[in-house]
Amino acid sequence: MRKLRVLKWALKAICRNPTRTFLTTLGIVIGIAAVIALMEIGNGARETLAQNIANMGVNTIRVWPGTITRSGVSSGSSGRANITLTDVNAILKGCPSVVSVSPVVNVRGQIIYGGNNWSPFSIIGVNEDYMKIANWSIEDGEPISKRHVTRGSKVCLVGSTIVRELFEGENPVGKNLRIQNVVFKVIGVLKTKGANMMGMDQDDTVIAPWTTVKTRLRGAGSTSLSSTSTTSSTTTATSTSDLYVGSLDLYPSSSSSNRPPVRFANVDSLIIAAPNQDEVPQAVKEITEVLRETHRLAPENDDDFRIRTMAEFSEFFTSQTETITNLLLCVAFVSLFVGGIGIMNIMLVSVTERTREIGLRMAVGARGSDILKQFLVESIVICLLGGLLGIALGHGLSVALTVLMKWPSSVSYDAIILAVGVSVFVGLVFGYYPAWKAARLDPIEALRYE
Amino acid sequence: MSLISLKDIQKTYYMGDMSLPVLKGITLDVERGEMVALTGVSGSGKSTLMNILGCLDRPTGGEYWLDGKEISKLSNDERADVRNKKIGFVFQNFNLLSRTTALENVIMPLGYTAAHLSEKKMLDMGKEMLERVGLADRMDHEPSRLSGGQQQRVAIARALVNRPQIVFADEPTGNLDTKMSEEILRIFNEINEKDGVTIVLVTHEMDVAQSAKRIIKLKDGEISSDTVLRK
Ligand SMILES: Nc1ncnc2c1ncn2[C@@H]1O[C@H](COP(=O)(O)OP(=O)(O)O)[C@@H](O)[C@H]1O
Ligand SMILES: [Mg+2]
Repeated sequence: MRKLRVLKWALKAICRNPTRTFLTTLGIVIGIAAVIALMEIGNGARETLAQNIANMGVNTIRVWPGTITRSGVSSGSSGRANITLTDVNAILKGCPSVVSVSPVVNVRGQIIYGGNNWSPFSIIGVNEDYMKIANWSIEDGEPISKRHVTRGSKVCLVGSTIVRELFEGENPVGKNLRIQNVVFKVIGVLKTKGANMMGMDQDDTVIAPWTTVKTRLRGAGSTSLSSTSTTSSTTTATSTSDLYVGSLDLYPSSSSSNRPPVRFANVDSLIIAAPNQDEVPQAVKEITEVLRETHRLAPENDDDFRIRTMAEFSEFFTSQTETITNLLLCVAFVSLFVGGIGIMNIMLVSVTERTREIGLRMAVGARGSDILKQFLVESIVICLLGGLLGIALGHGLSVALTVLMKWPSSVSYDAIILAVGVSVFVGLVFGYYPAWKAARLDPIEALRYE
Repeated sequence: MSLISLKDIQKTYYMGDMSLPVLKGITLDVERGEMVALTGVSGSGKSTLMNILGCLDRPTGGEYWLDGKEISKLSNDERADVRNKKIGFVFQNFNLLSRTTALENVIMPLGYTAAHLSEKKMLDMGKEMLERVGLADRMDHEPSRLSGGQQQRVAIARALVNRPQIVFADEPTGNLDTKMSEEILRIFNEINEKDGVTIVLVTHEMDVAQSAKRIIKLKDGEISSDTVLRK
C-alpha cells in the first residue's frame, strides 16, 4: 500500500467532517500553542538576560561589606564591616587577576534643574575606571577623569532617562543640576542601556566622582564605621556618615587634622573587573584572600564581606525563568494529554461509525495491518493539523505579547520541531488503540454492522 | 482441476454450551466459467457457505481448495491476500463508501491489490469498469445521488476492477425492483460470458436463480439438489 495513498485517504476522511475534526483537535491546538508561546517567550527572556549580563559585564565582580563575626558569634553593637579605599588599593596591588576596581557609593534624593525636579533610580559615586568596568559608554561630552576623582570635582554624567525627564530632551552637557542642593556640572551623557534583567531602568542614573558624593552629599557610604561609632546603635548607623559631610578633605596630602582621611572612609560596595569571564573565579579567590588580610580576619572567622559575580546573577535568573517555564510546560503537556484523550475518543467513534467501511476494505483484500495503518495515519494527521494550527496560534500569541506588553520573545525552532514531534507522538499513542480495535474487527461482523 | 472444490465442509457455531451446526458436510465442485446460483430458504446456510467460499470465514471442518490451494487453514492475512487477488464481492446492500465518488469507490480495492500502479492508471481502470456497467456518465456522482441499481452497478465495477477469477454476490438483487434486477443479472451474464469470470450468486428468488447456468439448492445446511440448466 502506497504511503501517499494512505495519506490521501486519511485527508479525505478528515475532510468529510471538518467541524468535528477541528473540535477534536482543539485540545492539541491549545496544548501546542501554549508550548510554542512559552518556549518563544522563555527564549526571548533568556536572550534578553544574556544581553543584560553582557551589558553589565560578564567579567564583573561586586563586593559588599558583610557582618562581622568573631569566633562564629555575631559581634554586639555594630555588626557591619567596612570596605574602604585601603581595600581598593590592596586589591589592586595584591590581585593579579584583577584589572581595575571602582568604589561605589549610593545616595538617594531629588535632582533639580531649573524648575524641574526628578528622583533618579540611582545616584552613584564611582572612580574613573567605573565606566569601563560596568560597560558604560559616553554618548556626548566626556567621562569622569582621575582628576575629577582626586579633586572631588562637582561634575556628573547623566543617563538618557535623566535627559528626557529633567532636561526635557535638551542637551544637558555644560548645564548645572543640583543634588541635595549641591551644584553639579553635567559633563557627559551616557549611552542608553535600557532596562536590566530585573526590569529596572539603567538609564535613570546619575554618575559622579565618588569622592565628591562621599564628602558633599548626605547618606553616602551609609554603612557604619564601627571604630568611630562607639555609642550609637546600628539604627543610627546612617548618621555616622554625617561625620564627613561637607568638610572632609580628600586625600591625606591635603587633609585637615581632626578628621579621618578619606582612605578610611567606607564605601557602599566595590565593582571589580577581571580580564575575562574565565578568570572571574580566580579573581574572586584572590580578592577574598586580600580582603581577609586587610580586615585582619583570623582563619576561624567568617568573611566580613560578600562577593557576588555576574555569573551567579545569571545563574539565579536563568534558573528562575527555567523553573517558571518548566512549570507552565507541565500545564501545556497536561493539555496535550487531555487533547490526546479527545483524539482517542473521536477515533473510537469514527471506527464504530465506519465499521461497515472497515469490513468492506477487508473484504476487498485489506489486511489488518493496512486498516491499522489507515486509522493511525488518520489520527496522526489530525494531530499534526492541530499541531500546525497550534504552532501558528502560539507564535501569534507570543508576537502579540511582544507587541502589546513588550515581552521579549524569539522564534524557537526547537520548539517548532518539538511541537511537530509531540503532535505526531500524541496521534500515534492515542490513535493506536482505536486503530488496533479497527484492525482486529471480523470482516463478516463488520459487514453486517448496522 | 476445478476452480473450487469443497470436501465435506462443515460450519458449527458455538454459543456457550449450545452448538449450532449450520453447514453439515458440503461437497461440491465449481468449474472455471460457471455461473452458479445458490438458493434455499432463509436460514438454510447460504450466506454462511458464501462467506467460507469468499475466504471471509473459516469452516470448522472439511477442506476447501481454491485454484489448487487448500484455503481453510490459512491465516487472516493469507486469506486477505487470496481475496485481494482472486475474489470480487457484491453485497445486497451495495456497501459503497458514502461521500465518495463512483470512480473513487471503484478504484478503492486497487489501493490494496495494485498499489504499484500510478494514480492515473488506476483511474483509467476504474473508468473502464464503470463504462462496462454503463455508468460512464456517472463517474463523479456520489452514492447518495445514484439509484439502487446504479449503486449496485458501481459495486459490480468495484468487484471486477482487480480482475478476479471469481465473483461472489450475496443476494445482489435483494434490495432492487424487478427491472433493476434484470439489468444487474444481464451484467453478470455478460461478464460471465465475455470475460469468463466465474460467478456464484446467492438468491432465494427462483426467477433470479434461473438466469444462472447451474442451481444448487441448500436445505438445513446440506445440498438438496444440484441442477445444471445450461453449459
Ligand atoms: N455468527 C453466527 N453465530 C451464530 N449463528 C449464526 C451466525 N451466523 C449465522 N448463524 C445462523 O446460521 C444459520 C444460517 O444463516 P445464513 O447462512 O445467514 O442463512 P441464509 O443466508 O441462507 O439465510 C441461521 O440460523 C443463523 O441464525
Ligand atoms: Mg443470507
